[in-house]
Amino acid sequence: MNVLIKKNVVSLFLLMWMVCCSAQAQQLHVEISGIGASQIPIAIAGFTNEQLAPQIVTSIIKDDLSHSGYFKVMNILGSVSETDNVNLTDMKSQGADALLVGSVQKTEDGRFDVRYKLYDTNKMSTLSFFNVTQSPQFLRVAAHKVADDVFEKLTGIRGIFSTRIAYVTKRGPNYQLEIADSDGDGVQVAIKSKEPIISPTWSPDGTKVAYVSFELKKPVVYAQNLVTGQRTLIANYKGNNSAPAWSPDGNKIALALSKDGLTQIYSVNVDGSGLQRLTNSAGIDTEPQYSADGQTIYFTSDRSGGPQIYRMGANGGEAKRVTFTGSYNITPRISADGQTLAYISRRDNKFQLYVLDLGSNQELRLTDTQDDDSPSFAPNSKYIVYATEIAQRGSLGVVSVDGRTKQRLTIQAGDVRNPSWGPFMK
Amino acid sequence: MSSNSIKLALVFAAAALASACSTPKVEAPAPVAAAPAPAPVKPVETRTVAPVVAPEVDPLNDPNGVLAKRSVYFDFDSYIIKDEFNSLLAAHGKYLASHTGRKVLVQGNTDERGGREYNLALGQKRAAAVTKSLTALGVAGSQLEAVSLGKEKPKAAGHDEAAWAENRRADIVY
Repeated sequence: MNVLIKKNVVSLFLLMWMVCCSAQAQQLHVEISGIGASQIPIAIAGFTNEQLAPQIVTSIIKDDLSHSGYFKVMNILGSVSETDNVNLTDMKSQGADALLVGSVQKTEDGRFDVRYKLYDTNKMSTLSFFNVTQSPQFLRVAAHKVADDVFEKLTGIRGIFSTRIAYVTKRGPNYQLEIADSDGDGVQVAIKSKEPIISPTWSPDGTKVAYVSFELKKPVVYAQNLVTGQRTLIANYKGNNSAPAWSPDGNKIALALSKDGLTQIYSVNVDGSGLQRLTNSAGIDTEPQYSADGQTIYFTSDRSGGPQIYRMGANGGEAKRVTFTGSYNITPRISADGQTLAYISRRDNKFQLYVLDLGSNQELRLTDTQDDDSPSFAPNSKYIVYATEIAQRGSLGVVSVDGRTKQRLTIQAGDVRNPSWGPFMK
Repeated sequence: MSSNSIKLALVFAAAALASACSTPKVEAPAPVAAAPAPAPVKPVETRTVAPVVAPEVDPLNDPNGVLAKRSVYFDFDSYIIKDEFNSLLAAHGKYLASHTGRKVLVQGNTDERGGREYNLALGQKRAAAVTKSLTALGVAGSQLEAVSLGKEKPKAAGHDEAAWAENRRADIVY
């Protein structure tokens, strides 16, 4: 069984690699390393008739689950549909705790209906019996949604396979803000520019991205509707306008402005009106981040001499320092479950990704690279995407919050930087 | 007598000679069209002087002028303007104070080390040090804007101290 799994994992990896490289140059290449602490063995059969669809749905599901670090995928040769009889005792004796089967059918209006059934071989019961319908163009999303459901049913944690990431690429003099599925596929270009773009951040409903653009020879904040392409100018005050962060209710954007001298934190309504100053310190205050309940803002401040992470109420007020180790802690990110703070810390001249468990106050370094930047939590709080540099080229890393599961995402030519993980979509 | 008159006289003379020497069998020569009398020419006045006004070169465009240098360089982790840049700032301050219609953007930069957003704020501190100096030299605040490009647009592409020193810089952009 082990040899079969290894062979299949390697051939899957090769197949994925070939698919990645033979696709358009914009594709993000994915490399996986490491495994999770404990993995749930799940047997996955082919879905009947899936070869008739533009994507092999189970191939995507198997990649999602095995890359997550939470699963050990066991391949069942051949296809088994959700209406076929299955021998769960047999599956259990082969070491599988769960079994996934299904089918793919074309609907009358030209879409694809993916039906599936997830069995628990220990309880000899059905954990999930459902279907997802999607247009051919977005069939991958259907596969990711199945993987999300399987993930949640077996781990209790919401899956992030159907979420997307935004990131910036630089190829020579050309910058692009791109949106891709969280596995690096399905790349779409949101904006092209001859000047840098930094600090993209998603609206809570996943339809807009705010970012900083240098097209006017200074940093200016825009919000862009991804679906329509319409841009709204959020802030072009005198001086710098940067570090946008959307409030969880979607109504405000916090940002860093230097309009009154040193860089300080303000908030505005999403149409750019209603400017409110939130900090008033003698140092640089920047990189505001709302907590998921919208009550707290974490931010970077060098009011104590060097940059450290603080938090304050969402309307400003007294700030409380959060980081005390090392002399340089920046770019705070707070997980949606409020339990983990991620940040970049400079120690021994290395800029590396750390997490702080806010309950136990335990700190953990997550990376071995030395030029890390821009961490962003997955909406289920279990993974962080970040920018790093390998062989002097910008690439993205994904790491689980326990540091065990790692992925690297690169483009064929050029640099990738500034990732931002998108929200759960309805 | 002008050269034209001489030429004509010669023609007449030649024609007369030709007609005198011609044999009776030769046809009478075609009548020479009478040349118009030469127009009277105004004599050139060589003693007038036409005044020319030399175009004023904007000192901003003089590649060798005091305003050609537009960059102030900074030490690591520093926003203090070193003495060696005082004359540069004095020159720009003087120009801007006397050309109040001119505006400048001062763009601060950092070297590549460190976070993007924090470096954006640090670069702005460098730009602000320059605009503060210019304000002290009499330039109106409305003529100045201090902004930052952080580490986003490095002038020097290397990863050593030479490149870093080149990138720790504020540029005065007209």
